[in-house]
Amino acid sequence: MLNATLIALLVVMSLALIRAVLGPTIHDRILAVNMFGTKTVLLIAVICFTFGKPEFLDIALVYALINFVSVIGVLRYFEFRNEVKEQEAARD
Amino acid sequence: MIDLLLHYASGLLLLLGCFFMLTGAVGVLRFPDFYSRMHAAGVTDTLATFLIISGLMLTAGWSLALFKLALIMLFIFFTSPTASHALARSAQLSDLRLAQVSAEENLDEALQAQSSTAQDSELSTEAEITDGTRA
Repeated sequence: MLNATLIALLVVMSLALIRAVLGPTIHDRILAVNMFGTKTVLLIAVICFTFGKPEFLDIALVYALINFVSVIGVLRYFEFRNEVKEQEAARD
Repeated sequence: MIDLLLHYASGLLLLLGCFFMLTGAVGVLRFPDFYSRMHAAGVTDTLATFLIISGLMLTAGWSLALFKLALIMLFIFFTSPTASHALARSAQLSDLRLAQVSAEENLDEALQAQSSTAQDSELSTEAEITDGTRA
């Protein structure tokens, strides 16, 4: 069952990557990348049980932290993009 | 006996987790606009994570790995809805709207639908009340 979960995780991650490449807007891409990151955490956790290496769980924990912080950071960057554009247009 | 039971329980949880995960991924790939895609991803993400990590916890037994898995699950429980909320807010603030429908039209339609359903419900409750008095 662990191996089947591993394969399902890889399939889901490839589907998320397809959406990240296709995604018409920037938010679609961020959504897909966020999903990819969450699934990566799960993948590392499952790998640590299939290969019998419990120390990999620390990596999964750190990856979860970094994934969240990076998504929030990128979102803050794009949140007020239109306002900035409008201000620049008004200034010109 | 207990070992066998734990084995099957963790297998079932992992299977359910895989199912929800695949459903969410297909939704993200196939749904037509951004907000419905976000619905598919945000709802299934938390549930699939919960199920898969629970399955792994049953496999782990009483050990340090169980504690670390619990930490990961707790963290994802807090961050996944927060990330979804931040994503929706950012999309809203950067003027990402549904295709071919402006915000004013959306609001007007919503208000009209609300008032018409309110009238309908008032009518129906009045009818029920009169029916009740007759009965």
